[in-house]
Amino acid sequence: MDIENIGFETINLGHGSGGELTRNLLDKIIFKTFSNPFLDQKHDGSIVKIEGEIAISTDSFVITPIFFKGGNIGSLAVHGTVNDVAMCGAIPKYLSLAFIVEEGLKVSEFIKIVQSVKKAADESGVLIITGDTKVVERGKGDKIFINTTGFGAVHAKATISVNNIKEGDKILVNGFIAQHGMAIMSEREGLEFESTIESDSTNLNFLVTDLLDAFGDKIKLFRDPTRGGLGTVLHEIANDINKGIFIKEIYIPLEKQVAAACEMLGLDPMYVANEGVFLVIVDPSIEQEVLALMRNHKKGKNAALIGEFTNEHPNKVVMQSLIGGKRIVSPLVGEQLPRIC
Amino acid sequence: MKYLSEYRNLEATKKVLDEIHKITTCEWNIMEICGGQTHGLVKNGILELLPEKVRMIHGPGCPVCVTPLNLIDKAIELLEQGVIVCSFGDMIRVPGSKKSLLEAKALGGDLRILYSPIEAVSIAKQNPDKEVVFFAVGFETTAPANALSVLHAEKEGVSNYSILASHVLVPPAMEAILDDKFCTINAFLGAGHVCAIMGTQEYVPLVNKYKIPIVITGFEPLDLVQGIYLAIKQLEEGKYKLENQYSRIVKTEGNIAAINVIQKIFEIGTREWRGIGEIPNSGYVIKEAYRKYDAEAKFNISYINVPENANCIAGEILRGLKKPNQCEQFGKTCKPSNPLGAPMVSSEGACAAYYHFSNNLIK
Repeated sequence: MDIENIGFETINLGHGSGGELTRNLLDKIIFKTFSNPFLDQKHDGSIVKIEGEIAISTDSFVITPIFFKGGNIGSLAVHGTVNDVAMCGAIPKYLSLAFIVEEGLKVSEFIKIVQSVKKAADESGVLIITGDTKVVERGKGDKIFINTTGFGAVHAKATISVNNIKEGDKILVNGFIAQHGMAIMSEREGLEFESTIESDSTNLNFLVTDLLDAFGDKIKLFRDPTRGGLGTVLHEIANDINKGIFIKEIYIPLEKQVAAACEMLGLDPMYVANEGVFLVIVDPSIEQEVLALMRNHKKGKNAALIGEFTNEHPNKVVMQSLIGGKRIVSPLVGEQLPRIC
Repeated sequence: MKYLSEYRNLEATKKVLDEIHKITTCEWNIMEICGGQTHGLVKNGILELLPEKVRMIHGPGCPVCVTPLNLIDKAIELLEQGVIVCSFGDMIRVPGSKKSLLEAKALGGDLRILYSPIEAVSIAKQNPDKEVVFFAVGFETTAPANALSVLHAEKEGVSNYSILASHVLVPPAMEAILDDKFCTINAFLGAGHVCAIMGTQEYVPLVNKYKIPIVITGFEPLDLVQGIYLAIKQLEEGKYKLENQYSRIVKTEGNIAAINVIQKIFEIGTREWRGIGEIPNSGYVIKEAYRKYDAEAKFNISYINVPENANCIAGEILRGLKKPNQCEQFGKTCKPSNPLGAPMVSSEGACAAYYHFSNNLIK
């Protein structure tokens, strides 16, 4: 998109007024980018048809910095919600898209974000069908916030529920953990360090669909460990169903550079955020087949079996350390903080 | 990762653990000084792999835990006066008498979390109309960088920078622990990173005076079990000497350049230890020549001595007299989300280690 044709360089309060400037912003950027039969109606909302059960999920994105290695707030806002819908065992179809922009944001940055939303939505196979743009005074936002809500059709074979989990069920993860959090950390003001770590932000819906096509009700649960990381999510699941989880540290996929960055900053990768990682809980009879399917898919090349459910220590996640000792994995409290020494 | 994966090796660690089981005939109490070592022991499940006769006692080497309550209150007061306060991350959740630095930030204070005090000098340069204070806590390990920030500010002519210093020293704390009439410690694992700065020789007088083995030890699982093995071997053989398990990092003479920087800015003085009390000659105070970089001298901060929470046994824990799970409040009224004392929130605190990682909670 050519910025010169837009006619303005920064977004100001007028662009959120609902008047001519708003129309200008919508026509020249939003409608032009996302044009589809639903959005082209330019109505207050859209009317869509979804067969069967519907999964709905909403999420707000407030990340700093808004641009990072491996993505930006726009692609993240699509992946985050698409994945949440997919984790319900559904096939995401439509997204709403709402921006809250702080006045002064460069139009060039806004366009870059919008284009990332478009690319991520196309890659995920979802359409943007409704949206909103508000502008707030300088100092009352942090450049840009995005909210997306996703709608999807629940897969015919899906019976996703924590209540289906039994003792002996296996826990698999689709790839390297802690990449997103460490990519963000490496670019955050005051903590910058040189690395090539990229956010793992990506859409997981096609791999989820493949798994459901192949294994149906033998898949008990999908869960994406975003904020709070793998450790917090495992703890939540164990507590939800009053069962224990046993995992082995040696099986947890951790890329070398990410491991080194975590060491350097004194952070535990078990609690670092992910945006392209998900857990699959399966019946033990299919663990190897699930692993094989995931490893053959581009979003699961580094998939691993990390542990299983047990009745031995209800509500607790126990991890066998690299040297064979055991420790519990407790949930994250607050934010992980850099250490003194 | 070079120098890490070798020291997290299952076979190598198991071999040393087997040796420990083989040579242990008596009951031994071994104190690991540093909170990083405590976390290494608990996080890797080493405590459960040791013979029952070997009891690890967790030492006072958690800089956040021993920083006095009133100093946290002073840092909060500076924030409330409009000063930009910079701090290492794990200091900010520690409870002061009324609130933590993190809570003061939520109320509008300009708190910056940094990895290096040198960054605080840059912040001072960028904000010439504001005062910037670095909350300089820690043992000998962080003293060189904190001292360097003062030299840096002096060289750059940055006059709106100062440090709120609470530097404490390991050897006087060990001596205070050994002088306690309830002390049952048979050997020490010395704090590896403190010795990387200071060298090993200041521990020789302690070994000889108290006839106690000290093994300077690293932080990885293999380091820890090797340190424990060397200590037990000495004890079983009736010997006491200074040994250096962490020789890949710790040199006898220490880091001379770092020591020189420390000595330029700081001199030894009496310091208060949270939970332990005042220990003579146990810390660094800023030298007269650099007093203008001393936040306590620069700002008029009120000193209110507030008593600690009466239900918190942090003092006994820091002196190795009790273990976290022997505290009645542990995991009940005292949790990381609602800490009664510093050891529950610091990343090196013994209570936090037990709460987050300990198998004891399973039973």
